[in-house]
Amino acid sequence: MKVTEDRTVIRQTGSLLGVARPMLAKYRMQLAILALAALVFGLFAIGNPRVFLSWPIYEAFLRTVPVVGLMALGLTFVLVNKEIDLSFPSVMGFSGYAFAAVLGLTGSVVLSIGAAISSGVVVGLANAFMIRKVGIPSIVVTLGMMFLLRGAIYVLAGGLSLSVPLGRDHLLRSVLVGRVWGGIPAHALWFAALAILLMLLLFRHRFGNHCRAVGDNEDAARMLGINVESIKIRVFVLMGVLAAFAGLIETTRMLRWYPSFGEGYLLPAMAAVFVGGTSMFGGEGTIFGTFVGAFIIGSLEAGIVSAGLAGFWTRLFYGLLILLSVTFYTVVRKKRG
Amino acid sequence: MSLVTMRDVYKKFGEVFALRGVNFDVEENEVVGLIGDNGAGKSTLIKILSGVHRPTGGELRIRGERVNLRRYSVREAHRYGIEPVFQEQALADKQSLWRNLFLGREITGPLGFLKSKEMIRETDSLMSGLLKFTGGGMAPQTHAMTLSGGERQGLAIGRAMYFEAELIILDEPTRALSVKEIGKVLRFVKELKENGKSCVYISHTISHVYAISDRFVILDRGEIVGEYRRDDVTEEELNERLSRAFRLEESPE
Repeated sequence: MKVTEDRTVIRQTGSLLGVARPMLAKYRMQLAILALAALVFGLFAIGNPRVFLSWPIYEAFLRTVPVVGLMALGLTFVLVNKEIDLSFPSVMGFSGYAFAAVLGLTGSVVLSIGAAISSGVVVGLANAFMIRKVGIPSIVVTLGMMFLLRGAIYVLAGGLSLSVPLGRDHLLRSVLVGRVWGGIPAHALWFAALAILLMLLLFRHRFGNHCRAVGDNEDAARMLGINVESIKIRVFVLMGVLAAFAGLIETTRMLRWYPSFGEGYLLPAMAAVFVGGTSMFGGEGTIFGTFVGAFIIGSLEAGIVSAGLAGFWTRLFYGLLILLSVTFYTVVRKKRG
Repeated sequence: MSLVTMRDVYKKFGEVFALRGVNFDVEENEVVGLIGDNGAGKSTLIKILSGVHRPTGGELRIRGERVNLRRYSVREAHRYGIEPVFQEQALADKQSLWRNLFLGREITGPLGFLKSKEMIRETDSLMSGLLKFTGGGMAPQTHAMTLSGGERQGLAIGRAMYFEAELIILDEPTRALSVKEIGKVLRFVKELKENGKSCVYISHTISHVYAISDRFVILDRGEIVGEYRRDDVTEEELNERLSRAFRLEESPE
């Protein structure tokens, strides 16, 4: 009798777990990245409660993170397709130049936005052409493109910065980088809105479905009639446009363009994607992870400094965070397979 | 009228001829066993038939209708009811079963957004019906990498059936399968035949080919070197002719 009861209890607990487990399993990557974010911000709050339990520091993050974050979103799509892009920081710089230069020449906001965004489109097309038609691996093509564009920027601008002839209260400025709802930077909302849009695109749209298939098994995708070329082209154009948009935001925000715009953003953007849980091997990725990852990576330096450690600790934590999180994701993925 | 008629098909890769003037037919409700050594041109031939490769020259008719080979593609082949199943290239491992089933032919609403619920429901009924994938905790959301070799093959063939293929092309479907799973695949082909469908079956295992095919076509270095009806040869005779053909090639003079 006793034995039977125990068995019933065991069976019931088992079935309870059985209900919870699929949900946990399905969202474990998302839960992991949220736990990591909670841990990091928790540690900062312990390290310096005065700073991290008040609004201004978070407002600062909302101002600084989106620019890198936008590019990290694009990079997630690139990695899902089993490609890599190193040229986006230069695209960001170039787009800012195109915007500032065309605005200076013509005074037309529409033309200069067009110039900025189309520079992203053109670079994306050029990258995709070299990768697919010429047949050079994306890491090599985009490395070349990174130097080429950065060089072009310095040559064109003669190494000097450009001022952006826009009023502080110009409509474009309010729309792109103004303050909404009593202090939230508009570009943080752009970042969030685009993250949601790209999330839907990756998981709930035919395009994302094809991206994942192409990165997962390119031959299978082709055999099933997916136009692999066209998917890759669109992905590199998407990356280019997002980087160009980031350049547009940064230039509008600062009201000045510097030839160094985007420099130093390559590694943080990559770190955000990897800490977020997207793999190098293609076929899968998480926009949500990248979104949270961008905030974790973007807040590290401020957090470490305000916790009383010297700034040069930052890189050590960067490294630690990347290695730990990537190890975790790899172990989880192996278990699943 | 033949289901498929290929006439004088040539295919050149660089300077090498993979096919030199092949005539190949598949009749309605016929299973054709395509036999040949590695590099004989079997894969090239069926990739042309299924719209993956474009031939250098030749003609393709489907139900008597001449196909414009410049515009022929995988999608076009699908529309004609021609469905290839390539073992290595059939499934995307990190995607769920329902995404695999509908890959390239997703059910979408306006603007191209996926109708996931509908696709999951369809996958579920295919799994419990035709495929008999029951138990083992398998669901439409399961990742393809967890399937066994036979289940993978089953899903790929099931996909072809789901999209109402008239001609299913199987390229080495029994490679790396257990004996039990091989039995399942062969039974599947027999069911296809019973349902009035056609099949091109490629394999190195002559006993499998013999068991299910109505006709055998032997390909060697881009040319058809033999064609037999099952009614005309025994398995032993077929084996003997094959080994004679291949031994001749190997001898230097």
